[in-house]
Amino acid sequence: MAPQPTSPVAGQAPAIELINVSRRFLTPDGKSMTAIRDFTMTVERGEFVAVVGPTGCGKSTTLNLVTGLARPSSGEVRVMGGPVDGIDPRIGFAFQTDALFPWRNVIDNVIAGPLFRGMERGKAIELGRKWLARVHLSAHETKYPHQLSGGMRKRVALAQTFINEPQILLMDEPFSALDVQTRVVMHDELLSLWSQSKASVVFVTHDLEEAIALADKVYVLTAGPATVKSVYRIDIPRPRVASEIRYEQHFIDISRTIWNDLRDEVTRGASRAEALATEKAA
Amino acid sequence: MNGTALKTPVALVRGTSAAEIEAAAAAAALRRKRLVYFWRYLILVVFLGGWELLARTRLIDEFFFSKPTDIVARLYTWSVEGTSEGPLWYHLWVTMEESVLGFITGAVAGIVAGIAMGRNRMLADVFSVYIKVINSIPRVVLAPIFIMIFGLGLTSKVALSFVMVFFVVFANAFQGVREADRNLIANAQILGAKDWQLTRSVVIPSAMSWIFASLHVSFGFAIIGAIVGEFVGARYGIGLLINVAKGSFDAAGMYAAIVIVMVVALAAEYLMTLVENRLAKWRPVALVDQA
Repeated sequence: MAPQPTSPVAGQAPAIELINVSRRFLTPDGKSMTAIRDFTMTVERGEFVAVVGPTGCGKSTTLNLVTGLARPSSGEVRVMGGPVDGIDPRIGFAFQTDALFPWRNVIDNVIAGPLFRGMERGKAIELGRKWLARVHLSAHETKYPHQLSGGMRKRVALAQTFINEPQILLMDEPFSALDVQTRVVMHDELLSLWSQSKASVVFVTHDLEEAIALADKVYVLTAGPATVKSVYRIDIPRPRVASEIRYEQHFIDISRTIWNDLRDEVTRGASRAEALATEKAA
Repeated sequence: MNGTALKTPVALVRGTSAAEIEAAAAAAALRRKRLVYFWRYLILVVFLGGWELLARTRLIDEFFFSKPTDIVARLYTWSVEGTSEGPLWYHLWVTMEESVLGFITGAVAGIVAGIAMGRNRMLADVFSVYIKVINSIPRVVLAPIFIMIFGLGLTSKVALSFVMVFFVVFANAFQGVREADRNLIANAQILGAKDWQLTRSVVIPSAMSWIFASLHVSFGFAIIGAIVGEFVGARYGIGLLINVAKGSFDAAGMYAAIVIVMVVALAAEYLMTLVENRLAKWRPVALVDQA
């Protein structure tokens, strides 16, 4: 949909490459802390990649490196074959928490991106209505976010992100605050929007089933400092129906294989968090 | 015990249908509202009546405390015949002009400075120490200096109102900007907002409730600034009326002036709430019930 970069070299490069990336933080008491170490990941054009790992292992950091909101301490991050320099307009981001503007009504939230990027208001509203229809919210155009349910707010957020037609979509546990039924509905909603856009997606989550249901490729991370433990290709054919797929035997097999891998990290992550807590208390 | 409590149909006593329950709830709300008003008026009547009675029975000295009927009478003569210093309305106008000018300039300067420093860490680090130092000066001690510099006219009072308002609004605007949700800012940036768009469409709206909270109190401060300035030296204004009344041991005159200031401050507060409600229609319904 969105125009591809014209340079033939850039045209062949993967959407996202993280090459031996490390990222260190300075904690408030002046200590250096490593969030991710020697991290290598490739996301092809149009590929849906999920990243799973224990909580607090540095999953979100990988996304911030791609947006340009954070810089790597060492290693290289390439987006569409080029280096990351500030915030890339080809990137869209879905937040874990509610990031809608509470003082804007639904339509004004959806068209925020086009307006920021200089589109004329009339045209933006026309476009916004189209996207609201795609997420089935046409009837709620003039409501404010606080008047919507959690699932509706997420749909507004998806429309807000997709209206910019991002070639790369980064999602940071976007559905983790929703209840289980709503979450599955949102999975199908996301898959249908994505199949029309063919964006490259990185979907960070701690929910393994969510990752398998959505992704072409699942990266399992180690407990912090995060590095890639293993990569799994999910060969479930598309189009998928997220609400049905999880009861198929093949899905369950994949799920069990990856869980065996992830389990050790989850235990390690938990004991590491405990150790950190006791260290702080001491 | 619990079992019986559950079975007792407390709510059912008033009726079973939704309409009946709603009617009962509405009636209860109305009763409560009436009770609140009853107490409000009762307290007012007891206070004013008691004051009048104590003054008339000479339990308190009328010379110092005056009495409500005298104050009302004074307000009447002032508004109809004017004061010894000229028409009341002119004095009121002068004080209002000073307060409003001081309020507007102080609020605008406070908002601009607060947002600029909230958005720019370097500016904040450099200037915060000076702001703290200046903020520690009790503002009214500046009145004589301003009178000396700017003279007896309008400017000195506006300047005093300005400093009264500026620091309150500044502190709140600064805090409001700092409290802006980092996720919202990141979201706007990724959606494509550049510096000024970010400030205008995310930072300012999220600081708005903080700023408004300060505007509510600071109009009162603007009036204080104007009146204190008038105490120290002026030719017109409510502060001057109070000063003159003090000079002639005219208690009724002083209380009458206080009543006027009170009414003005309440009216300003009311207007401010109206404006705020219009601007903040996106917020979940306010918990305050404007009775």
